[in-house]
Amino acid sequence: MAADIQAPPLREYPTIPVIVENTMADSKPYMATPAHQESLGYPGELVDNWQDVAVKKLGELVSGSRALQVFLDTCVKCGACTDKCHYYLGTQDPNNMPVARQDLLRKVYRRYYTFAGKHFPKLVGAVDFDEEVRDQWYSYFHQCSQCRRCSVFCPYGIDTAEISMAGREILDVIGVGQKYCNEILGKVHVIGNNLGLPEPALVNTLEGLEEDIKDDTGVDVRVPVDEKNADVLLITPSADFFAEPHIDGLIGYAKVFHQAGISWTLSSYASEAANFSMFIGSKDNLKKVAMRIRDAALDLGVKRIVVGECGHAWRVAYNFWNTLIGPFDFLDPRYPAPQHICEVTYDLIQRGALRLNKEANDHRRITFHDSCNVARASRMGNMPGGQFLIPREIIKACANHFHDMSPETIHENTFCCGGGGGLLTDDLMKLRVRGALPRMEALAQVVQDNDVNTLIAICAICKTQFAKVLPYYKFQMDMITSLHQIVGDAIELDTTH
Amino acid sequence: MTLTVIFAILFYLATALFSIGIIRKIVIYSKTPQPLKIPTTPAPTTKAGVVWRLTKEVTVFQSLFKANKWIWVFGWLFHVGLLLVLLRHLRYFTEPVWFWVNWLQPFGKYAGFAMVAGLLGLWARRFLVDRIRYISSPSDHLMLLLLIAIGSSGLVMTFVSHTDIVALKSFVMGMLYFDLQMLPSTVALLIHLALVIVLMVIFPISKLLHAPGVFFSPTRNQVDDVREHRHVSGWSAKP
Repeated sequence: MAADIQAPPLREYPTIPVIVENTMADSKPYMATPAHQESLGYPGELVDNWQDVAVKKLGELVSGSRALQVFLDTCVKCGACTDKCHYYLGTQDPNNMPVARQDLLRKVYRRYYTFAGKHFPKLVGAVDFDEEVRDQWYSYFHQCSQCRRCSVFCPYGIDTAEISMAGREILDVIGVGQKYCNEILGKVHVIGNNLGLPEPALVNTLEGLEEDIKDDTGVDVRVPVDEKNADVLLITPSADFFAEPHIDGLIGYAKVFHQAGISWTLSSYASEAANFSMFIGSKDNLKKVAMRIRDAALDLGVKRIVVGECGHAWRVAYNFWNTLIGPFDFLDPRYPAPQHICEVTYDLIQRGALRLNKEANDHRRITFHDSCNVARASRMGNMPGGQFLIPREIIKACANHFHDMSPETIHENTFCCGGGGGLLTDDLMKLRVRGALPRMEALAQVVQDNDVNTLIAICAICKTQFAKVLPYYKFQMDMITSLHQIVGDAIELDTTH
Repeated sequence: MTLTVIFAILFYLATALFSIGIIRKIVIYSKTPQPLKIPTTPAPTTKAGVVWRLTKEVTVFQSLFKANKWIWVFGWLFHVGLLLVLLRHLRYFTEPVWFWVNWLQPFGKYAGFAMVAGLLGLWARRFLVDRIRYISSPSDHLMLLLLIAIGSSGLVMTFVSHTDIVALKSFVMGMLYFDLQMLPSTVALLIHLALVIVLMVIFPISKLLHAPGVFFSPTRNQVDDVREHRHVSGWSAKP
């Protein structure tokens, strides 16, 4: 824990805080180096005519996106979103109110592309894209976790995520990228995963994992990689290969496949579900990263693609893959393409294909954190809201003690963990700690009322973020648990496979 | 007569700017591609479901209701009041007046108060709530002021100093049939009409575009069916 960063106090009855200007004006992530920038096709450093380039890019983005076109025009400044962002609630900085964050871009759009802004800039709050505004963009578009909570409450569905993605893309194009996202994307392009874990290391890690499972259970549960003609290609965030508590989730997936008798494989070429291109709003990188998965699926000759526990990756997979890398006419049409690991597990539970011993999780008193991209940007199952029902039904099938957090903090109202959207980096620690406040307050309530000791999430970013920020709020770091860890713990393994 | 001609010309101009401006924007909204599926979920999985979702948004302001009860109360009062008032105004444009417009008259009459009350509530929040004060620019205040002035001048004519509505109607009908009739020159009426002209002109270049815009918002109008139906548009349609 960094000594100079302190968590705000938990309040028993959360109220809307008053604004305190510029509390987070100094929050800026490290800038991408020329090498990071150039590997993604962006200029290495600030281009000379950056104002012209930025304004031109903004125009291109707006004319290519109905979302931006509508969102920039329609906001009436009603204020409905002003108290909905976890970063505003945790920092009180007014630029973290969704409408104010949008206005950082809207005021530039108005200046260059609208009649009112061109001729009456003061009246409508339009400004030139100057150095000060550029700095504000860099700071505050990197204080948006693109969680879409504001878009739930906006009467026009304005989604600040679309705005901050566009803002970051423009910054990239003028040579002012963010190190964390761009460095990671470079690794995916070259090596195939965010961690830069090459094939031999991956194979080695997975062999070690098989041995661990064997030691624990006495059963040969396989964690295969690059196996041709397996039924299922599992695409999972690379954090699942090594990080805690992610890796216990991976063990859980392996046990589910083992018990159900489904042949599956990972791919060393497409060893990453995450696609940070979405965070920086880069359509070219988005498609390029996703294409590795199509290529791997064709190369391995699989019949299904299943995605592991990861929030934004599931958004990309569920909502964007068919568009970017589809059609999936080479896969088995009897299964959704792609399918979430929770959908697979839930179906197996429904069919009675898994033997589950709930008592194995009796030491856990569980609550569930809806990850934003799963909750508000995708779906599971065949009905709206399946993304809320399915993980909870899995938990209830695997454990006896489950308690939901307060209704205004779950389902589509869920609060971001504070680390999503490309902000999961140590140089933004103050933001991450403060942004976690609303979730921590809701958690404190169920800890107090129901003795909850386990916080389950189905997102690699949430898991890492919680492991880091829980201690700031005086919770145990190991409260955070993968959903498929408790599935794995409950499964009574069959030794005949 | 000069006044009549000036107002008639301004009304024709304003109507042209309003219509062309709105149609132009609607064309832009429809033609701009939305390359990816981005509905805010849980979202409907059918087109009928989307129609229902949008119907709830534009009639009872469902999302706003979830967000903030004060804004919802004032916003809804204003919009419903405005709707009734506008319908009531149809009596100046129809001869004979449609039966349901006649039937609406008493409701429309008092809806003017709801409208102005809602506007005053919304305006008060721009001063009293620090968050909303922060995000308000001069145009946000002026817009409310304009609408309040239109509403109040209307109420003055309805309840305080009546205007010659028979003459007004012949002016309006005259404009519709290009056969100019004298405009009654009551001060309240002239103010009312002048402000309406201003409103019509700024409508297509201001945040009032939320009216057509809400129907084009992809987070609200997209069907959540992308695994079943491949979606491509704009750059995503290119190989």
